[in-house]
Order: sequence, then structure tokens, then C-alpha cells
Amino acid sequence: MATPMLRWCCPGRRWIFAGIGGGSRHGRGVPTGSTSSGKRGQSSVAQQPLITAQKPRKGEREWAAVVGLEIHAQIASNSKLFSGSQVDFAAPPNSLVSFFDASLPGTLPVLNRRCVEAAVMTGLALDCHINRKSLFDRKHYFYADLPAGYQITQQRLPIAVNGSLAYSVCVGQRWSQMVTRTVGVKQIQLEQDSGKSLHDNLRSQTLIDLNRAGVGLLEVVLEPDMSCGEEAAAAIRELQLILQALGTSQANMAEGQLRVDANISVHHPGEPLGVRTEVKNLNSARFLAKAIDYEIQRQISELENGGKILNETRSFDYKLGCTVPMRDKEGKQDYRFMPEPNLPPLLLYDSGSLPTGADPQQVIDIDQLREQLPELPRVTREKLVRQYGMRPEHSFALLNEVGLLEFFQNVMKETRAEPKKVTSWVLNTFLGFLKQQNLAVSESPVTPSALAELLDLLDRKAISSSAAKQVFEELWRSKGKTPAQMVAEKQLELMQDAEALELLCRSTLETHPQVVTDVKKGNPRAINKLIGLVRRATLGRADPTVIKEVLERQLSS
Amino acid sequence: MLKGYVPPYNATVVQKLLDQGALLMGKTNLDEFAMGSGSTDGIFGPVKNPWSYSKQYREKRKQKSHGENEDSDWLITGGSSGGSAAAVSAFTCFAALGSDTGGSTRNPAAHCGVVGLKPSYGLVSRHGLIPLVNSMDVPGTLTRCVDDAATVLGILAGHDPKDSTTIQDPVKPFTLPSLTDVSKLCIGIPKEYLTPALSSEVRSLWSKAANLFESEGAKVIEVSLPHTSYSIVCYHVLCTSEVASNMARFDGLEYGHRCDTDVSTEAMYAATRREGFNDVVRERILSGNFFLLKENYENYFVKAQKVRRLIARDFVNVFNSGVDVLLTPTTLSEAVPHTEFIREDNRTRSAQNDIFTQAVNMAGLPAVSVPMALSSQGLPIGLQFIGRAFCDQQLLTVAKWFEKRVQFPVIQLQELMDDCSSIFENEKLASVSLK
Repeated sequence: MATPMLRWCCPGRRWIFAGIGGGSRHGRGVPTGSTSSGKRGQSSVAQQPLITAQKPRKGEREWAAVVGLEIHAQIASNSKLFSGSQVDFAAPPNSLVSFFDASLPGTLPVLNRRCVEAAVMTGLALDCHINRKSLFDRKHYFYADLPAGYQITQQRLPIAVNGSLAYSVCVGQRWSQMVTRTVGVKQIQLEQDSGKSLHDNLRSQTLIDLNRAGVGLLEVVLEPDMSCGEEAAAAIRELQLILQALGTSQANMAEGQLRVDANISVHHPGEPLGVRTEVKNLNSARFLAKAIDYEIQRQISELENGGKILNETRSFDYKLGCTVPMRDKEGKQDYRFMPEPNLPPLLLYDSGSLPTGADPQQVIDIDQLREQLPELPRVTREKLVRQYGMRPEHSFALLNEVGLLEFFQNVMKETRAEPKKVTSWVLNTFLGFLKQQNLAVSESPVTPSALAELLDLLDRKAISSSAAKQVFEELWRSKGKTPAQMVAEKQLELMQDAEALELLCRSTLETHPQVVTDVKKGNPRAINKLIGLVRRATLGRADPTVIKEVLERQLSS
Repeated sequence: MLKGYVPPYNATVVQKLLDQGALLMGKTNLDEFAMGSGSTDGIFGPVKNPWSYSKQYREKRKQKSHGENEDSDWLITGGSSGGSAAAVSAFTCFAALGSDTGGSTRNPAAHCGVVGLKPSYGLVSRHGLIPLVNSMDVPGTLTRCVDDAATVLGILAGHDPKDSTTIQDPVKPFTLPSLTDVSKLCIGIPKEYLTPALSSEVRSLWSKAANLFESEGAKVIEVSLPHTSYSIVCYHVLCTSEVASNMARFDGLEYGHRCDTDVSTEAMYAATRREGFNDVVRERILSGNFFLLKENYENYFVKAQKVRRLIARDFVNVFNSGVDVLLTPTTLSEAVPHTEFIREDNRTRSAQNDIFTQAVNMAGLPAVSVPMALSSQGLPIGLQFIGRAFCDQQLLTVAKWFEKRVQFPVIQLQELMDDCSSIFENEKLASVSLK
């Protein structure tokens, strides 16, 4: 049984390219001309690249996968969505629970302004239409971490609809082959988070912590415009960056501030969409992609074996690397949605509709929020490319690490070195050291000033690049000394005395006649030996390129 | 369900009274979770109407019955805030708070001969009021006269940041003017409220009241509230739906009664809710959940909301046509004996008895029941005035005029007091001077 493989779509990192076997068809939706490197891929691709079997059998057809995402992002606010208790993720259990959060009878919800602003800002950043009027509803189900027996959400009329999220994926083997795609944002709604339950199987009990109950969430629903795990992961990554740039959510998946559920189905192109399954509680971008791709494969295999896909909820088993059905969902839930009677409709204004004499504390002006929006990642990246002639993939890399962009910009401020050089050093050397020791940018022992100074030395050709690397390593290990001091101590300065170098080269040539003969015979590698000898003689303080120049000149004369 | 539960905070209305120096004397009995029209379905037992022991009633009884045990046939207070009405009626306190979702304050007020006020929805904070139907509940007041009701309302009304459904406009305490000239007043009599089930005594008192206004120069006209006949069913759908939702929080997990099952969380929920709720409550929850099911939502809940709007609009139309205040009965008859009341179930009784009062809750209007006269059995009968939204002051002004004209007699409980003092010789009873 041939396992179906992706023909293209998620190339390179995760997938082995199937040899495009005989008989596989090209269908619609295959993008062309979008992979040339160097271009900032502007093409927005039509959906559903195809997946074909490695050896298509008679009658076997292609599959297309459809992936939609539901994202829950915890709003970064001081207090909860409907009550005044504090939002803090590391507090002792049940220490941040107000009467309302515990669902004491007689308590009523009061809407948090900051949460509404966060929703509007996120909606604006995702090009959504902000509904001037939105409504709150109750979604009923019984669970120990839901004290009221219902969640307050926005089912009928959410706060923002019809937006889009642009993200980039690599389409070639190399980082440089990036393409921009868009996924539709169906809606953004405000809703309450539930508490946390910890199952203590040993004592057959469940422990409930209500600190999180009532924290504000933004639910962002992405349309099923994606077709594989990589696209989903890239979209999530971009959304994270946007939320972080806006300050509306810290969006850290590992801390549960961003949770993603994926809706996945497969079908043959041209036919109606297949039955979809929901994969829940994915809390890292990497596992998200894995889980989605696994599920796509599973569905294809199941259908090709004549089986059926159940409309069920599954979770991802990290250890086994597969999706498994979730046991506690029996039958379909009827949530008995009902309007929340204690919250009047939420009305938002813009500068045109703002009622005169309105108390600014009591109204939200969408236009004002729009003006105050911080710079979005996409814009920041575009600026980097424009300002520094940076490659797009580098701009992505700089934004991908917390604090890295700021580090880079601080180095740029203090150095005369070329942006390309700085970029390379920051992304390769600096970032490399950080990753090796699992440090965050904020924990770096090397300051931007130190790196700037080092790069200046390099730029002035006061030291060689290998010497610079040495100094950098030293800077990393020990503090207190500046690059200039280290260079002086270790005598790493490049030899500036041209005459001395000439003499050294000549003497090396004289003492190694065999090598000289080799060079003259045309052996290309022989010269490197000579360069190496001269370098050693200069104690590594001569620039190899200059040595080579001198030797070549001397040899040819 | 709330056994052993001591609330850790005060309701806004209670706090406001305490802030004004009021003394909280106690908490009163009611139908469980305010579901009922008799105050007979509470865990502490049914509430007895003080008028059962009044001289006025007993004298009339003696004429009819012969040597029966005088206590076996005691009367209900009406409900669901029967305990509060009884307390005020028996001179236990200056005023009492109740709740009014379909008439729960006005109904017992009428049966106990006191003034029961339902303020406009949104005027008084519901923070701290255990909700029955969030979109219809209001805290109600029980007092012995209209002036007292105005005093209490003046303290309670006003925006509460903790209740997002209260209006923002500032409200100040007020005193009621003593109206002398009613010639500018227009009283509406809704014709649909003339129902065959109405007792002849109440009907004749209603006519008498209308004539009273007319004779003093007011304009009294017949008006129509065409959707009245649908309001009971509409109320039933919306009420049970909200109840099902509001009761979902009572699971025994965070507070209150919790059953001892440790099989699973679901089992604990089920057992707790079965034990903690009486039949009436459970029945309403089941009905409500049925109406909220996806396949039923449009046909029941949404439809009922639409009918509700029509009912509310009926009132708006009537008030827009120049009517200031509507005059209707509050109850079908005077209070009935408990033995008779319990012959029908809670739901039937509620449907019967809420008929004049619940449309007001659906429209969010202010209404007040004012005692008018004693029945042939010596029991109080009250009539209801309904006002425009947020015109509570005007409503009470008219009520006060009416109260002054009809001079409802004071309950005579001296005999009871004498009986009691002879039994409890050593105990000091709070003495109340009654004329």
C-alpha cells in the first residue's frame, strides 16, 4: 500500500519529496513562478496544493486537505473580562477569584474596557470590519472548571468579522524562497476563559483552580484556507507576532496564553468537502504542524482503505506523534445558546458617530484606537528590507526572536560596519551562541555596544574575521573587558607592516621549494599551504587575503 | 440547595438601606427560588397570612363556621414574596424587600393588605438578587403606605456600576406631592383584563375605583392591550429558559449543598441538583432546557421574544395615546385557604394568578398594588396601577391619591396579641399599638 505523499506544498523541512511518479496529474491550484529567490514573494496562492500517491494506482485520485484554525489568545489585561479580580498566571491556586468568578448567586458581569480595546485593536490589525454593535451570549455546558454552568461568549454577533492574515512560508529548499499567503479571518470574539482542572487519578479526585476562570480571551477564527501543517504553523507564528506587537496578548503557547484547535478534512478536488475532525489543545507551533499533517495522512489512509471519517474531536499525543480520539466527548453537545441578559449590546463609536458630550471613560472610539496602533511586524520587516537592503528571510529571522530586533538596532546605532555584516553576525554568530546555551536575548553576556565595537575593529581591518570570532567567544565567556582590550591582550591585531610581511613571505618561499614547485605546476591547493605557513609565522596576525596577494605577486615575478 | 450558605457580600439594595441607618431585622420566607404564587413551596414551610388571625376575618368566619379548629384553615399570603408581605402586614417591621418577576411582590401585597411596589426595570440594582429571570426581575418593596414606598424607592433607585442593566441617569430621593386635582389625569382600563375567572367582588371593586377617579374629574377610558392573551405562554417560555440557565451554577461544587457521591463529577452534580431543588424548580429547568435546544430555539425562545416585544409595544401604544396610568386588578380574588390552594400544582396556580401582573414584567414597567377594601369575608383586596417606564414618581403620586380616598382599614390583630400574651406570660412581646 503506497503511502500518499505530498507532491509539493510543504517541501524541504518536513517532507520527503516523492518522485513525481508517472501518471500524476497537475491540477488546479499549483502555483508557478513564485519560487524565484530574491523576490519578496508577493504571489498570493490559490488554495489546496495537491497530494498524490507515490505510485498512483488505477482509479486512484488526488487529495486536497483543508485546514481551519480556532485560536484562543489570553488578553493581556490587569483584570478579568467581567470581574475585577486580577490576572496573574503564577498566583497560588484560587487566590484570584472574585464572587462573580466563583458564580456566587446574585453576582453580575461588568465588561472590562481594556479587553474591548484589545479586541478592537486586534481586529484593526487583521483588517477586520469592526461591528459597531455586538452581543454577548451564554454557552451552556456542565464542567467542573466552569462555575456558572455557562460561558459568556459572542456567538450571534461578534466584535469583529471578515479580516485577513498574511503570512509567509518557504516553498523551496532554501530559506530564501518565501511566499506570502493569506488566510481569511472569519471573526474575532470576546469570551471568558475557564478555570483549570487537575486530575489526581491516584486519589480519584479532581482539583479545581479558578484563578483562570473569567480571564478575557480573544477567539480568532481562521477560515479553512490553509492546506497543511506548515501553513498553519506559519499563520500562527505571524498572529503571535502581531498580538505581541499590539500588546493585546503575550501569546506564549507554552504558557497557555495561546491555544489552537485545528479543523481538518480531506477531499478530492472538485468534490464537496469531507467530514472534518477537530484536533484540540495544541500548545506549540511545532506540534501543531505535526498534528495537522498526521491527521491529514490518517484521514487519507482511512478513506483510501474504504473507511469513514467521524466528525469527532481528537487530541495530539506528543509522545506517539499521532492524534487520538478524546474520550470525554459523547455525542454532540447542544450548548443551548441564549443571549446574556445582564449585558446590554456593546456599542462602539468612531469619530463620526461619537455622541457629543459623551464621557470618554464610557465610550470607545475606533478611529482613535486605529491611530494609536503600534507598528505591525509586516511593516517592521518591510522597513528593514528597505532601510538596510536586508534579505526578506533575514527580516523574518530578526523578528522571530524576542528582543533580537532591538539588539540589532542598537548595534547598528553604534557601529560603522555595513548592515549586511551586522545582520550576518547577529543572525549567525550571536544567535548561534544564544541557542547553544538556550539563552534569551535579554540574558546575553555580550552587549550591543560590545558587538558594535568589535564590528568596528573588523571594519577597519584592524583584525581578521577569525580573530574577531575569537574575541567574540572571549566576550561571551568573560565580562569586564572591551573588545579593544582583548585584542591588545591577545595580540590579535592584524599585521600592518607591509615590509615585514614581504620579508616573511619571501623567506617562506625560500624555505619551502617543493611547495613552490607544486604551485608552479598548477596545484591550486598548494598555495593554501604556503598561506598557512606564512600565517603561522605571523602568529595569525596577517590577513590571509593579503598574504595570498603578496605570495602570488612574489611567485609570479 | 443553598443550605448552610452564608453570602459573603450584601446586595446593593440591602447595603443602601444599611447605609441610611436601617436595621436589618431578619430574612423572610418565600417560595423556593421565588418560583410560585402562594409562598407555599419553601423548605421552611408555607407562609401564613396574618389576616387569617385578624378580627375582621374571624368575625366573618364565626358567622359561617361552627366550632372548627380556627387554625386549620389558615390563608395563604400569595407569593412568591409572601414572607415579606406577612411581616409588613403584621407590623413586624417598617418595610420589607421582595422580588418581582411576574408579580411576586404585588400578589402577596394584595392578599396581605399592604402596598407592593415593582419599580421600573433598570431603576433599582439587581446586584445581589438571586436571579430568576434576569431580564424581568426587579427588587420590590412592601410597605404599609404609599409614602413609605416612595421613601424606600428614593433610597434604592439609581445607577449601580455592578449592575450593567441599571440606567445611568442620576436619581434623587423624593417626596410625593399630595395630589388634589386629578382632572388632568387619564386612567386606562384594559379591556382584556376583564376575564371570567375574575371574582365578582374584585370586579365590582375595580369598577368602583374607576368611578371614583371619574367622579373626581379624571378621564377614565377603556383601552386595549391586544396581545394580553399570549402573555402567559410567552412568559412561561422565557421564564423557564432563563431559569434553566441561571440555575446551572448550582452544582454543589463551590458553595451550598453538596451530595456525598464520589463516583464522578457528573454523578455528584446530578445527585446534588436532585436533592437540592424541589419539584417546581426542577420542572422549570427541564422545560427551559427544552426550549433552548438548538432545534427548538427559533420556534420557542425567539418566537417568545418577538411576542414579548409585541406585548411591550401594546403598553407603549396605550401610553402614547394619552393615558397616564392603567388601573387593573392585582389578583383574581382575595386570599384563599391553604388547603384549597394546594389542590392545584404550582405551575397551574402561577399561570392562573400571574395573569394581571406578569405582562408588566415583560414590558419592564413600574406597577404598584394598593389595598382598597375588605372582601365580604373580611380579607384584603388590592388593585394595581401601572405607569410609564421610569415614571415611578408619577405612578406613586396617583397611588397615594387613591390610597387617601379609599381609607383601607388597619388589620386588627389585638385578639391574637392577647391570646399570645396569655400563653407567653414571661416573655416580652414587642408591643404595637393598634387602634
